[in-house]
Amino acid sequence: MNKPLVREDHPMESYLRMDRFPHIWCPTCGIGTVVSCLISALEKYEKPLKDVCVVSGIGCTGRVAGYIKLDSFHTTHGRAVPFATGLKLGNPRLKVIVVSGDGDIAGIGGNHLIHAARRNMDIVVICVNNFIYAMTGGQLAPTTPLKANSSTTPYGNYDPPFNLPKLAISSGATYVARWTALHIRRLTNSMSDVLNKSGFSFIEVIAPCSTLYARRNRLGTGLDLMKFYHDNSIIKHGADPDEAEIEFQSKIIVGKFINIDKPTLMDNWNSYYSQLFGERFTKYGEDGAEQTSS
Amino acid sequence: MKADPKGVLTGKHYLDGDHACAEGAIASGCRFFAGYPITPSTEVAERISERFPFVGGFFIQMEDELASMAAILGASWTGNKSMTVTSGPGFSLMMENIGLGAMMEVPCVVVNVQRGGPSTGLPTMVGQSDIMQARWGSHGDYEIIAVSPASPQEAFDYTIKAFNLSEKYRVPTLVMMDECVGHMTEKVIIPPAEEIDLESRPITKKPPAEYWPYECNDGSLIPDMVKAGDGYLIHTTGLTHDERGYPIMNAETQNKLVKRLVDKINLNADEIIEIEEDQTEDAEVIVIAYGITSRVTQLSIEKARKKRMKVGFIKLITIWPFPEKRIRELARRVKAFIVPEINMGQIVLEVERCAGGQAKAISVPHAGGWVHDTEDIYKAIEEEFKS
Repeated sequence: MNKPLVREDHPMESYLRMDRFPHIWCPTCGIGTVVSCLISALEKYEKPLKDVCVVSGIGCTGRVAGYIKLDSFHTTHGRAVPFATGLKLGNPRLKVIVVSGDGDIAGIGGNHLIHAARRNMDIVVICVNNFIYAMTGGQLAPTTPLKANSSTTPYGNYDPPFNLPKLAISSGATYVARWTALHIRRLTNSMSDVLNKSGFSFIEVIAPCSTLYARRNRLGTGLDLMKFYHDNSIIKHGADPDEAEIEFQSKIIVGKFINIDKPTLMDNWNSYYSQLFGERFTKYGEDGAEQTSS
Repeated sequence: MKADPKGVLTGKHYLDGDHACAEGAIASGCRFFAGYPITPSTEVAERISERFPFVGGFFIQMEDELASMAAILGASWTGNKSMTVTSGPGFSLMMENIGLGAMMEVPCVVVNVQRGGPSTGLPTMVGQSDIMQARWGSHGDYEIIAVSPASPQEAFDYTIKAFNLSEKYRVPTLVMMDECVGHMTEKVIIPPAEEIDLESRPITKKPPAEYWPYECNDGSLIPDMVKAGDGYLIHTTGLTHDERGYPIMNAETQNKLVKRLVDKINLNADEIIEIEEDQTEDAEVIVIAYGITSRVTQLSIEKARKKRMKVGFIKLITIWPFPEKRIRELARRVKAFIVPEINMGQIVLEVERCAGGQAKAISVPHAGGWVHDTEDIYKAIEEEFKS
C-alpha cells in the first residue's frame, strides 16, 4: 500500500468552499473542530446533502455558514433561529442546522432559542460556547463564568451566566448534549444523532478562544485549554441539568442530557387540523415550497 | 401567471381593510405567514390563521417582530411567497431584518397598518407617520418599494401589487396602510382567479456549476434566484458580497453592490410608480395625498372647484419610489402643491425637493389620532388662490 503521506487536497474539500480559504479563525480556535465534526457527521448522513441548510448569525461562529458548501445563510445577529424556522417551515423536506455562538444564540437571540425549543421546531442548533464575545474583541457574554475577565468586566465578572443545557431542556428541547472541542468522536456522534432525529435539538460545544478568553484570563494557549478539558470534563449521560453549571475553571459536565421524541410544530399543525377538519384541511407539506416555482 | 383558484374568494364581500389585505395575500399565493399581534394590524393575522388551514398555507405566531421578519426571509428562500404584518413599535423592530431582506434581495411583503406614534403612541388610532421610516428605517443605503391603499378594495388590490413588485424586483415591499383603512368596512370585489395576474421571481435556468447567486444577466439589475434545496449550494449573507454571494470587505465591492441595490429600483422607477391624477390639466394648485387622507381631501377639492379654484389632485399609490419626475414636470406650471398627511410633514419634504423651488410645497400636518378636518385642507387651498 503506497498511501501518500502528504495529501495535496483537503480531505473535506468537497464539503467546503475552498475558494474562501484561508478562513478568518485564529490558530487553536475551536470552531474549525466543530466544522470538521459536522462534516464528518454529514459524510455519514444518508439523505441528500442538497436538502441540508446551514444558518448562522453573527460572530466568529457566525462565519461557519460561509465555509460549508451547502445552501448556507449568514443572517443577522441573534436571528439565525427564526430565519431557520422560516426555512424549515417553508420547505419541510429541508434539514436545517443552525451553527452559531453563545452570544448570538443565548444573548441577543435568547428569546428565539427558548421559543423554538418550546414549540419543538424541527431544527438543529449547534451553539459554540467560547465564554466570550470574541469577534468584537472579548466582551462579557451571557455564558462568561463568574469571576472571569472580559474587556467589559475588567475586574472580573459579577453577572451570572446561563446554564445552556438546563435552559434548552426546560424550554422543551428534545435532544440536548454538551461536549468540548476535545470530544471529537462523541461530538460527531451527537451530530449524527440529531441529523437523524426530528424535533428541536441543541448541542453546546465548549470551545477554546485562546486569543481573547484564554489570554485575558491567563489560561495559557489553546493547547493548555484542550488539556484543561481533558483533565476536567466529566462524561455523565442523562445528568441532572442542575449539575451542568459552569464556574470559572470548574469541572465541566458533558454528555447527552436528554433524547426524547415529541411531535414537532408541523406535526401538531397537521395532526391537529386533520383531526378537526378532516378532508377540508389541506395538509402542509412539500407542496408548500412549490408556490412560486414554474 | 394566474392566481390559484383555491385561495381566491371570488365574489362581492363586505370586508375591512385588514381582512381584505389578508385575502389579497392569499390570492397572491402567499402560503407562509409569520407575525406577532399588534393593534391595529392584528386582524390581518387573525384572518390568515383562520384561512390558511384550508388553502395549504402555514401560519406561525412568532415570539416577536424581529423573529417574524427573519422567519419570512427564511421561508422566502424556499420559494414561498411570504408575508408579515405589524404596526407602530413592531415596524421599528422589523427594520433590522428588512435591511437583511434588502441586502440578500429576498422577495417578501411587510404590511404596516399605521397608528399614531412615536413609541406606543396611539395604538388604536390612525397615523401616517411611518412614511419616512418606511423609506429610511433600516441602517445603510438601500431602496424599497412601498404602496399605500386608501380603501378595503385597494387593500386587496395593492397587497397583490406589493407581492408582484416584490417578486419582480427581489426587494421587501411594504404595504403602508393606516388604521382608518385597516378598520373601515366597505364593499370589496374579489375577481375570479383567472383575472388576477401574478408575478414570479426570476428563477435561474443555469445548472449549478454555472450559477452565481448575485450575478445579473443581460444588463438586468436583478439577479436570478434559486430555492434552498435545489442543489445549487448557494451562500448568501448580510455582509457586503460579490456576485458569488461571498463576503468581500472593500470599498469597490461595496460600491458595486449598493449601487446596484439602489439602481434596480431607481432605474426602474417609471415601471414601478403608480399615481392617480384628477383635474391636473388646468390646475394651478395640486393637492397630493395618500391612504385615508386621499379620501378626506376629496371634499375640500370639490368645494374649491365649485368656487372656481383650479385645483387638481394626485393620489400616491406607490409612495416609494417617489414620483419625482412627474412632480418636477408639474412644478414648472403650478403655483403650489398642498400636502395633507397624518404626520408633522414627511412626504411634503419629498415634494419640496422635487419642486426644486419652482412651486411651493405646503404642509397641512396632523399629529394623528383622527383624520384631517376637510376645512383645514380647503383653507390651505383657498390661501393659495388669495395670494
